[in-house]
Amino acid sequence: MFELAVLDSALRMATPLILASLGGLFSERSGVVNIALEGILLTGAFASIVATYYTGNPWAGVFAGVFAGILISLIHAIVSIVFKADQIVSGVAINLLAMGLTQFLTWIIWGSSANSPPVQGMAHWSLPETWGPVARGVNTVIGHYPPLVYVALALVAVSHVVLFRTPFGLRLRATGEHPEAVDTLGVSVHAMRFAGVLMSGAFAGLGGAFLALNTHQFVKNMSAGRGFIALAAMIFGKWNPVGAFAACLLFGYAEAVQMGLQGQAVPTQFVQMIPYVLTMVALVGVIGRARPPAAIGKPY
Amino acid sequence: MNRFARLSQLLSPLVAVAAAFLVGGLVVTAIGENPFRIYAILFRGAFGSIDAIGLVLFNAVPLIFAGLAVAFAFRAGLFNIGGEGQLYVGAFVCTLAGLALGGLPAVLLIPLLILASAAGGAVWAAVPGLLKARFGVHEVINTIMMNFIAVGLTSYFIINMLREPGQMTPQTSEIALAGHLPRLAGPLSRIGIPLPQANPLNFSLVLALAAVWLAWYILYRTNLGYEIRAVGMNSQAAEYAGINVRRTIVLAMLLSGAFAGLVATNEVMGFRHRFLDNFSSGLGFMGIAVALLGKNTPLGVLLAALLFGVLNTGALEVDIFTDVPRELILVLQAITIILVVVGNEVFARRAAAREGRAAGVPLPATEPSREA
Repeated sequence: MFELAVLDSALRMATPLILASLGGLFSERSGVVNIALEGILLTGAFASIVATYYTGNPWAGVFAGVFAGILISLIHAIVSIVFKADQIVSGVAINLLAMGLTQFLTWIIWGSSANSPPVQGMAHWSLPETWGPVARGVNTVIGHYPPLVYVALALVAVSHVVLFRTPFGLRLRATGEHPEAVDTLGVSVHAMRFAGVLMSGAFAGLGGAFLALNTHQFVKNMSAGRGFIALAAMIFGKWNPVGAFAACLLFGYAEAVQMGLQGQAVPTQFVQMIPYVLTMVALVGVIGRARPPAAIGKPY
Repeated sequence: MNRFARLSQLLSPLVAVAAAFLVGGLVVTAIGENPFRIYAILFRGAFGSIDAIGLVLFNAVPLIFAGLAVAFAFRAGLFNIGGEGQLYVGAFVCTLAGLALGGLPAVLLIPLLILASAAGGAVWAAVPGLLKARFGVHEVINTIMMNFIAVGLTSYFIINMLREPGQMTPQTSEIALAGHLPRLAGPLSRIGIPLPQANPLNFSLVLALAAVWLAWYILYRTNLGYEIRAVGMNSQAAEYAGINVRRTIVLAMLLSGAFAGLVATNEVMGFRHRFLDNFSSGLGFMGIAVALLGKNTPLGVLLAALLFGVLNTGALEVDIFTDVPRELILVLQAITIILVVVGNEVFARRAAAREGRAAGVPLPATEPSREA
């Protein structure tokens, strides 16, 4: 169960979760519930394959994924911040829109209702072998991951610093806890919430790009509930980047183990349920209560 | 409520639907098709024959139940996103009972299976209800999590324990014949409506209409309904008025889940006569859309479910006879929801502004919001 291969695939499984749950964090810390993560992941995945398909360059796909994530989260921002509509309803609608739109466009672009043709994936970063045994050693340990895995790991640290060590992070968190106070101090609540929601779009869009480029194609509904698992990880990690990261690793590990367990004694369905059950337990507070931001879900 | 507010209640869903069709038309034009032709085919597919109309009703039935579930909970200020999980558990319990109680006559078995469907959904919805009432945990996350748990659990039991012998398809054996709900083709053709025998429309439609009436009756004609609406409008005021808020929350979730569970009367008792793994593919989520479009009223849910039934049925025809894929309908439905929620807020604010002017009071700075 702790073979290198399983840990290796656990990290790959966890990467889209990490990115989406970090995104969810910025949105929810600013006070906007984001159950649209699922739809943003799917949109990012689709856009990244379209761009890679037309340019042949997976990095163009990465940027397209981020851009598309920001665009669709802009809908969430406008509906729930400007129009003060229910954030959960908006999230549900965006998930539905992403599902319909990506399938619709898959058909229009590739004439298939199920998937895109395969595209080029991302080249792995590794040190030149000519550098000697040290380079070879580094390559065997960490050299076989797609670059976005490292980007995701770096973003965990960056998110932690931004949230807890910068004025922006302080304002963002304050907006989620007590928007009136933020407003009184002359900081725009709307601007902070727009920033939070759009960041969630960028992060989850990036997660979607990884998901699709790692599979080398777009498959209909390929997010397959990962947005909700990311949401679960964010809650289980108590709305903290490091906590969410740990939860994503755990859930990614469960997914990797479950793939290795096909046909074994432990039913795969039970392993798949772990994130959901743990999240409910965490919310009830059996292992330390997970407490959401105070002003979450309330339009301002 | 003044006249403008009443009118806007009716107007905003209609405007949203019209606008969604407009946007959908633009999308269709953008891909080089004639939107009028596409919409003509859509509506021909939905109304072109008695058979098509029967299919529209058949497709609307599960949406009526799922929509009622969301709308009912919403009246208590609860957001039940767990319809999907609740209908799976309802269908599962219904199937188990239908497999186990084969010896009973139809007069007993049919009511029992209807109750089993409702009970399954109710139990699954009661968990987030209890967690909300006892620990104050928001029901949205828990209902989402329980959707996945329901899909996983039922899938496990179907694949590993209840799979029909000799079958590769992950489905159970057929439930007892006495538990099948009869199709409507027979009785309808006797009164002169020639619905083809193969049409899947069944007596679950009658149950769905009864459920619409029941939801209305509970909400507007019983003490419990009054308490549910009071808690939904202002739970603190309800508390001070002596209403047991926690009990009301749990009861509202129970009933909401029961409505969702009743989807099984159509899917299991009326149509498939068995539990097929993963049969729903999002009915519970469409229920949210239906409830929103129907303004969370029982009659509105009925109308919205019929509209979605029309779209879903007509979409098949569009898919077959044109180059426009049926997913266009998903896009239309999503745009409708977004426009309905935005429209609700805009109309509500304008109505409040009018009322405020009439009464000479200043506008409230913010809308009252549900507690997160």
